[in-house]
Order: sequence, then structure tokens, then C-alpha cells
Amino acid sequence: MAQPPVFVLSVPETPDDPEGSQEPSPYDESEVHDSFYQLIQEQSRWAAEEGLELQQREPGPGALGALGDDHQALLGPEGVPVHSMATLRILASMPSRTIGRSRGAILSQLYNRTVRLRRRAARRPQLRDVGRSARPSLRLYDLELDPLVLEEEEKRVLLVKELQGLTVAQRDHVLRGMPLSLAEKRCLREESRTPRGKRRARQGGRGLPSCCSQLQDSCVLALHNLGLVLLSGLQALKPWRYALKRIGGQFGSSVLSYFLFLKTLLAFNALLLLPLLAFIVGVQAAFPPAPPASVPAFTGLELLTGGGRFAHTVLYYGYYSNATLSQPCASPPDGGQCPPEAGGLPYNMPLAYLFTVGVAFFITCITLVYSMSRSFGESYRVGSTSGVHAISVFCSWDYKVTQKWASRLQHDNIRTQLKELLAVWQLRRGPRSMCWRLRRVAVLGLVWLLCLGITLGCTVAVYSFSELMIKSPGSTEREGALLALPLVVCLLNLGAPYLYRGLAALERHDSPVLEVYVAICRNLILKMVTLGILCYHWLGRRVGTLRDQCWENFVGQELYRLMVMDFLFTLLDTLFGELVWRLISERTLKRRGKPEFDIAGNVLELIYGQTLTWLGVLFSPLLPAMQIIKLLLLFYVKKTSLMANCQAPRRPWKASHMSTVFISLLCFPSFLGAAIFLCYAVWQVKPSSICGPFRTLDTMYEAGKVWVRHLERAGPRVSWLPWIHRYLLENTFPIYLVSALLLAVIYLNIQVVKGQRKVICLLKEQISNEGEDKIFLINKLQSVYERKERSRPLPDPGTSLPSLYPGRPGRSS
Amino acid sequence: MGNKHTVFTHEQLEAYQDCTFFTRKEIMRLYYRYQDLAPQLVPLDYTSCPDVKVPYELIGTMPELKDNPFRQRIAQVFSEDGDGHMTLDNFLDMFSVMSEMAPRDLKAYYAFKIYDFNNDDYICAWDLEQTVTKLTRGELNAEEVSLVCEKVLDEADGDHDGRLSLEDFQNMILRAPDFLSTFHIRI
Repeated sequence: MAQPPVFVLSVPETPDDPEGSQEPSPYDESEVHDSFYQLIQEQSRWAAEEGLELQQREPGPGALGALGDDHQALLGPEGVPVHSMATLRILASMPSRTIGRSRGAILSQLYNRTVRLRRRAARRPQLRDVGRSARPSLRLYDLELDPLVLEEEEKRVLLVKELQGLTVAQRDHVLRGMPLSLAEKRCLREESRTPRGKRRARQGGRGLPSCCSQLQDSCVLALHNLGLVLLSGLQALKPWRYALKRIGGQFGSSVLSYFLFLKTLLAFNALLLLPLLAFIVGVQAAFPPAPPASVPAFTGLELLTGGGRFAHTVLYYGYYSNATLSQPCASPPDGGQCPPEAGGLPYNMPLAYLFTVGVAFFITCITLVYSMSRSFGESYRVGSTSGVHAISVFCSWDYKVTQKWASRLQHDNIRTQLKELLAVWQLRRGPRSMCWRLRRVAVLGLVWLLCLGITLGCTVAVYSFSELMIKSPGSTEREGALLALPLVVCLLNLGAPYLYRGLAALERHDSPVLEVYVAICRNLILKMVTLGILCYHWLGRRVGTLRDQCWENFVGQELYRLMVMDFLFTLLDTLFGELVWRLISERTLKRRGKPEFDIAGNVLELIYGQTLTWLGVLFSPLLPAMQIIKLLLLFYVKKTSLMANCQAPRRPWKASHMSTVFISLLCFPSFLGAAIFLCYAVWQVKPSSICGPFRTLDTMYEAGKVWVRHLERAGPRVSWLPWIHRYLLENTFPIYLVSALLLAVIYLNIQVVKGQRKVICLLKEQISNEGEDKIFLINKLQSVYERKERSRPLPDPGTSLPSLYPGRPGRSS
Repeated sequence: MGNKHTVFTHEQLEAYQDCTFFTRKEIMRLYYRYQDLAPQLVPLDYTSCPDVKVPYELIGTMPELKDNPFRQRIAQVFSEDGDGHMTLDNFLDMFSVMSEMAPRDLKAYYAFKIYDFNNDDYICAWDLEQTVTKLTRGELNAEEVSLVCEKVLDEADGDHDGRLSLEDFQNMILRAPDFLSTFHIRI
């Protein structure tokens, strides 16, 4: 290795950086290391002067007990509590003050933690919640260890012994979570590993038991390594790692949450697509039905309308057969009979279609509810509304931000947030007049009425246009005319939010977060009501008018068209909303600010698109694949537009609350609505009689009933399944019972949470009482030492010990 | 440029993997980032555990830390002697704690140490003032800063001794759902 050359570093300090002068230099040892240095300096300096203040404050023996607030009596000139050297020495060895400096304290606390773990691991092998605080509290100390003051080395040995008792995975988990430096962790790891080798060597003569333990160890190690390989493989598979890092670095966590939500939606669609591909699309593609008489030629319009050539492919419901598929038995040339093996496994297509769609929806539901509850649990805590200032100070700086202008924006945001918080606090002090309040209520009411009026107007427009489409003759024949309804819907979805934004400028809310939530609410109402009208149009009206045609294909095609139009309009909105606006504002209006990235609007677009996919899965099983392609393209388009044209939103957003809100919106109006639509279509609507897997049945659900009846006739061996079907699914009593039980469980949980909240309040009170007790005891200790000092014979001035009371030469023991 | 077979021994890589939240590939990537900071200083062969410290001035120029107002405190907390000069172990430790896989308690512990400017194991009013000044680049006036500090102490100080202990800080962090996502550096 080359000798490191001596070189002088001249790293230029940024010229407009005011911090350089304010920070203490890292070489200023005395300031950085000795925390009591200041106090001790003060003491000795003050001891050299006349201690006149002490004479004033010197209380009598009984006066201390009589004083209510003892701590007030002993404040020094700067308001810092002043204590004698002996008290300071005791204070310096208090557990709460040694945790950061004494490694012995850390080691003993970690040792106690692993002891507890091992005891718990005997009952529960998985490692969970490893203790909340790093402060050693008296409860945690093992009683037989506590009376001895153990040396740091002994504690370390104990900790190593404990680590050896854990399994490999647990030990690694504990090591990673330790607040020690990496070098120390490596030493601990080394020490906790080597004795095992020694142990193995010592037991080498014993034969079989050592073989077993060796095998066990090597198995565990092999699994551990496999787990690591899988983890690194998964991380390599994680797409867009660098892109997400750049977005987070330039725009912060709030804009990043949109892209993370997009990734989540991709995962949901992939989860939905897999069973459909495996059980429906793949099988039907392997056994194509007889082609119809006339197949139209492929024109380019099919990509937009989804009809024409596409209508006779796996894309739509109508393609699927209603019979049991089996291997076609090609008659052998010599006229013999088909061998029995050529029959293959019969595949009941209607049943498979119904069950696969049902199971895919069920899996999606479970995954959604699970991720929503997990996200909710992480972001909402009991008592989380208080502590806003502390959270703004300690948790609002986003460490991911890496660009200078982005970090400047963060500084501005935090400053604005703190100023707003202070303003709210000051505002709350002033009383609001009745007149002002009435005016606010009137303005809010008016704006909400206008917005609901716009929603109603859009709804009526969509309804009347859909009725027009039904009534006008030949609208279903001309392919181009079919695009009219999706066009109208998309235009309304594009235009109404701008109107809402204009009206919201009148409202002038205090809190910017509330503004955003109100905007989300309004847009959501519009989109959901529009979709509701369209669902009624399809299932209520179109079924009637298309009685002798394949109405399911038509609904599938409508949804396809809506999706494609939605995608095109999103592209258009990105182009005009962001690119052109930036060009206009830079050239014409001469404003330097780029347009903000509208997180709420974009997320609602994603949720709307996903709702369309879920609505259409029954009628067009390949719709999730289209949604995946659409999301992939959208990621790159949005990312490019974001980097080129936008800036981060000025208002502070809470990233974790936002992802919870997004997932909840995805679950509640969106998925629930799609599930209701699906249930209605399966249970109540008569399928068309000329196409699809359910063409001979009254409802789609009948396919299941037919199969159950078939099973009943099959024999007594599978009689439990029809029994379950008759008494548990068709009967309403068990459903009522289960719902009542669930309600009872939910009520109990609510009561438990209420009780926990009360307990938290009581504990907080107890902590503050303990704090006061602590201060009281410290003052008592101080007074005891003071008395002892006073009664001690004075040392001669030649000694180096600074005395507290140099100004009283007349006192003697 | 050495490949991973000559930079670290197999045992060293295993040890790093077990003691941090990183996989082998990420550790090598971090090593090369560390090496890029001071190519003449950092040896290409770590099998003999050389004692090399990259000075703080170079650490502070990393793009991930360059615009962070707390970069000096971060370097001081994770360095061995508290002076900001970091060895490779300190460097790996720092990014391991700031990665997204570190648990909340570990991050809260180190965040407490970062915001404790005078290293007295308590966040007192002076520490809070320093934090707020750094956060706002000195653009709030003194009265506003002291008002904010007062409100923070009101909200977070559980035992009412006028400063935040590690327990108070951790209790407050538990109520902050954003902490895990903001106290995170992607590398």
C-alpha cells in the first residue's frame, strides 16, 4: 500500500451558508465531550468569588420541608440548578445519564434484554417487539445481578454468553438492532461464535449427539444463507430503485408516495391476473371454440374501440365456452374406438370461470384489507394529534433530499409550517366573533352547494347522453360512434376538477391539509357517481336493449374503451397541464415558478383506472393485463414530465398519512363498489343466451348450484359439500350469526382501545409525578451534603480542593 | 479496482452482513463509495483491517449529506472519536442505521444523539434552539425560535424537568408516523 501522502484539503465552504460560523468546531474537545465541564467550571469560578447568594438562600433545617417548590430555591444566577460536587458526582452516575456514555450500561441493558428474550423464546420462537426504550429501568434488572455493580467487562461477558444461547437468526436480529458501533458488534459476534467450535471439538468423541447438533447447525446456517441470497435477489428484482431515489431526492417523500402507490397497484393487478391467466384464459386459448361464420378484418380502430376483430378473441366473455372442455378425441384412421386416455381431464369451463373470478376477487380483498390495516396501524396512533410542534421539529426534515434547491425548498416548507403553527396558536388565543363565524359557514355552505350542483350537472349530462345513445338507432353498429360516451365521461372528469379548484379558492381554509382532503372528497364523489350511473346504464338498460345479442361483450368493450380514453386523456392532461403551462408561465407571464405536481388529482386518476379494471374483470378477463401495460407506460410518462416540468408542492404533506388515505380510498369506494357490481351481475342478471360460459342458465351463480346438485347425485362420499352449501350458504341464519359475532368483536376492541387511552393518561401523570419526586430528592440530597460541608472542619487554603464556602472563615465544626 | 474477493475476506463480509442491514452487494457498493471519497487514502485491500479514517470535510461533500443541515452532527455521532472523521466501519454503520430496514428504536436512539448538540444525554433548550435554527436556516427570529422550543418542551417533556431525555424522545417518536420515512437516507 502506498503511504498516504500529506495533503492540504481546501474544501470551499458555500458562500451563502450561515451555518459555518455558528457550529462549534469538531476540534473543540472541551465543549463536545465533557458535559459537566461547564457546570464544574461555573462552580469553581463561582467558588472563587464571594458566595453571597448562598447566604440569602440558605434555608433553616425545617424550612426546606415547608417550602412547596424546593427546586425554585436553589437556582443559580443563570437559572441553572446549582449543586455541590458530591451531588454532581451522584447525578453523573444516575442510570438515565450514563446510558449514552457508559458502554457498561448499554451492555447490561442488552444483556437483560436477551435474557428476557431467551425466556420468551422458550415459549415463542419468533423474535418480536424487542423492548421500547434504551433506558435501563429498574423493572428490567435481574434481581440477583443488581446489588453488585458489575464491571463493564463482566457485563460484556454475560452478554456474549446470552448471545450464544440464541439461535443464529435471533442473534443476528439482536446484533443488528443494538445501538453499538459496528466494530463492537463484530467483536461480540466473533466472541459469541467461536465457543461453539470449541464445543463441537470437545464433543467430537461422543458420536451421535454431536452429529445431530452439527447437522442442525449446518442446516440452520444453510437456510440462513439461502434467505440472504433470496433477499439480495428480491432487491435486485425491485424495479426502478434508482428512479425512485432520484424522485425522492428532488421532490421529497410526498411526490414519491404517488409513485410508490403506482407500484402497489401494479402488484395488485399482477396478483389479479395470475389466476385468471392460469385457469381461464390459458385453458380456453388451448381449446379454441369453433370460429363464427364471419370474422371482420382487423382495422386500426379496434385498438380504441375494442370491438370488431377483438370481439372474437380471449379478450371478452363471449369467447368462452359453456361446456366441459376435454381433449378432442380425433378418431383413428382405422375406424377404431377412442382410447380412454385420450379423453383427458374434463374441465368444467363455466364453473372455472365463476370460481376463478370469485377467488381472484377474494384474494384481492384480503390483500387490500391487510395492507390497509397495516398502513393504518403504522400511521395512526393513540394520542397522535398532540405533539405537532415536536413532530415538526424532529420528524419533518426529509433526509432523502439530495439537491441543493430541493433542500432549500424543504427549509422554506419547514419554516412556513412552523410559522403557520405559531400563527394558529396565536390565533386560537383571540376570540372569534359570531359574525365572522356565520360568514365562514355561509361561504363554506355556498361553495359546497355549487360543487354538488356541478356534480349533479355532470351526472345528469352523462345520464341523458347514455339514454340518447340507447335511443338513437344504429349507434351500436357504427364503431366510431361508440366512442362518444367514453369521450363525454372523460371530458367531464377532466373539466370538473378545474372548476372545483377555482371554487376552492373562495373558501380559504386555515389548514392546507384540510383543503387537499376536501378536494379529494369532491373529486371522488364526482367519479364514483359517474361510474354508478354508467353501471346502471349497462346492467339496467343495455341488458334490456341487447336482449338477443351478447350484452356482456358490449359491457366489456365499453370498459375497454373507457380505459383507453382515460389513458389518452391522462396523457393529454400531463402534456397540457404541465408542459404547456410551464412554457406559458415562463415565456408569457414571466414567472419563474414551475407548476406543482398535483398529487391528489393524479392519485384519484389511478384509483379511477383501477376501479374500471375491477368492474370489467368479469366481462373481459384480460383487462388487468391492459391495466399493467397502462401503469408501466404511465410511470415513465409521469416521471419524465415531473423531472422536466414540475416542482414539489409547497404545502407540507405527511407521507405516511397519505399512503394510508390512498389505500383506504382504494379499498372503500373503489373495490367495494366493484364488488357490489360483480355480485349483482352474478346473482341477479340473466346472462345472454347466445354467448359466454353461462348461456343456458338463469343467473351466473346457477353454474355453482348445478355443480352442487351434480355432486349430490354423484354419491354419498361428497355429501358434506352439498350439505354445507344448503345449510350454511343458502340459509341466512348462519350469516346473521357470523355478522353479530363480528360486531361484538369490533365493539370489544373499541372498548379495549378506550381503556388503553385512559391508562396512557394515567401513566403520563405518573411520569410527571416521578419527575417531580426526582427533583425533590435531588434537592434533599443537595441539602444533606450542604449540611455535611458546613459541619466539616475547613481545610487550609493550601489544598487544591475548591471549597464551596470560602467566604465564611469564621465557621468551624 | 479490486473485486470483492480481494477487498474483504469471506469472514469479514459475513461479519458485515450479519451486523448491518446490508447484503454483500450493497456492502461492496458502499465500500466503493467510501473509496471514491478519498482514493489515495483508502486502501484497496481491507483484509488486514487497516486503520484509515476519511476526514469529515470529505464525508460532508457526499451528495447524500451535502445539503443536510445536520451532516456535521451525523458524522460526529457515528465517528469513533466524535470528531467527524470516519473509518469504513463507521461509514457502514451510519448508512445501515439510516437505511429503511433499521427498526424504529435504533433510529430513535441515534436521532436523539444527533439532536443532542452538547452531548449531555439530554436535549435541553439550547439543543432545541440549535436544531430549529438549523432547520430554518436562521430565518425565524429569536422570539419565534424560543416560542417553538417552549412548545416542543411542553409537548414532549414527560417528567417536567425542562429537557427531553431519551425516553421522552422515544415516546414522542412513537407518535410520529413519518419518522421512519423521513429519517432515511437512500444510498
